[in-house]
Amino acid sequence: MIRDVEVLVIGGGPAGLCAAEAAASAGAHVLLCERDGVPGGQLVKQTHKFFGSERQYAGERGIFIGKKLIDAVTRRENVEILTDATVLGMYEDGVVTVLKDDKHLKLRPKKTIIATGAAEKFLTFPNNDLPGIYGAGAVQTLMNVAGVKPAERVVMVGAGNIGLIVSYQLLQAGVRVVSVVEAAPRIGGFLVHAAKLRRAGVPIRTGWTVKEAYGNGKLEGVVLCELDEKWQQVPGTELDVPCDTLCLAVGLTPLSELCWQAGCHMEFIRELSGHVPVTDENLMTSVEGLYAAGDVSGIEEASSAMVEGRLAGYAAAASLGYDAERSRAEADAARAELRELRSGPLGGKIRAGLEKVAEKRRNAVC
Amino acid sequence: MADRDIILCRCEDVTRETILDCIAAGYRTIDEIKRVTRAGMGPCQGRTCRLLIAQELSRAYGVPMEEVLMPTFRPPVKPISMGALADAWLEEHTGEAAVSGQAVPEEGGGAE
Repeated sequence: MIRDVEVLVIGGGPAGLCAAEAAASAGAHVLLCERDGVPGGQLVKQTHKFFGSERQYAGERGIFIGKKLIDAVTRRENVEILTDATVLGMYEDGVVTVLKDDKHLKLRPKKTIIATGAAEKFLTFPNNDLPGIYGAGAVQTLMNVAGVKPAERVVMVGAGNIGLIVSYQLLQAGVRVVSVVEAAPRIGGFLVHAAKLRRAGVPIRTGWTVKEAYGNGKLEGVVLCELDEKWQQVPGTELDVPCDTLCLAVGLTPLSELCWQAGCHMEFIRELSGHVPVTDENLMTSVEGLYAAGDVSGIEEASSAMVEGRLAGYAAAASLGYDAERSRAEADAARAELRELRSGPLGGKIRAGLEKVAEKRRNAVC
Repeated sequence: MADRDIILCRCEDVTRETILDCIAAGYRTIDEIKRVTRAGMGPCQGRTCRLLIAQELSRAYGVPMEEVLMPTFRPPVKPISMGALADAWLEEHTGEAAVSGQAVPEEGGGAE
């Protein structure tokens, strides 16, 4: 029993929700599979305000943006959302398998938009498996979704946006953030987030790393140390910092297993933080009818994930003949928005990564 | 560094020392290392350790990350119960839903 689906969206985060909304607004029938019990992805725990422009909900908090996107999609009669539904496999004959409430379902979509997002990277140092060492995302979930105070004294590794934002939210939850440690010589995240931490007296040590963790059965502290310009630990700079929790915010990597399974042309692109599918101007992969939007096609901000979702959604709808003229115009508008989002000095890395993707595609086509 | 205290694969408790031993023994790919150590075969299916092992291979063989061979990716992306597969097979081949209740206790077939 294989169920026919017109547009399958895999993942109900910012990219997936926007893809579903776009495709459905053009008239396509959409099935959205969300692994979690509720859609929204990481937006459900993002209590901070977004940047970008009005079209990407700048000035609003992530949780409310998520709510808006979910409301829009659930109002549509031509969108069905399956929650607690993990897509397990993509097969050569176009069949997609899903685990929903311990039932194994088979789908045959005409078009598929993969919006599976990202996974947190892990770090290697002695005793990195002690209880009390978390990904920063997990700590944020404990605080902002489960309402649990996750720690008393935290050391945060990583001064990118996630490290900075979660540190500030820990302070708001009454947790002491002893130090933020960043291996790079400079702060990676937006300085407005870093400034809030500094005003609260939290030291941000750039050019530092975790040498080792210690503790008897659970984390009791970490030894930090300085790095030289070749990223080597400098002996004699060790600093013992007692803490009960170590948060790792050392970056995300695209969750692209399904793209690999589907046989997409994949490339490791450093600037996009891992292996990504090579996509065209509509975000279609090398597999006909298969699109990739959001972090799975390269790690970026949620703002661009939303616009990428919209682009893929309209492109998929247009290719099915739904409201083709408007859909193509909307896809053009989304491309223009993405260019604008990536235009500043902070977008340099993404632009370099995307240029590499475009080059790989040109070489593959020739 | 105390490589035996550094975990690369959390699901299967594989240490950096074990991975480096494999490389010293001549293993050259993530798939080979996976087969002898089970690294990447746990519940997360390599999401955490894959790139870390790739980095070790990159360093040891002087190959850029761009060229480190990735393992083969197969369904399912997460562990599922045999019961779920059996139910799906029965439904497809007999047209009856959930007959597996006869073979598997209805509540206890439990996933995860």
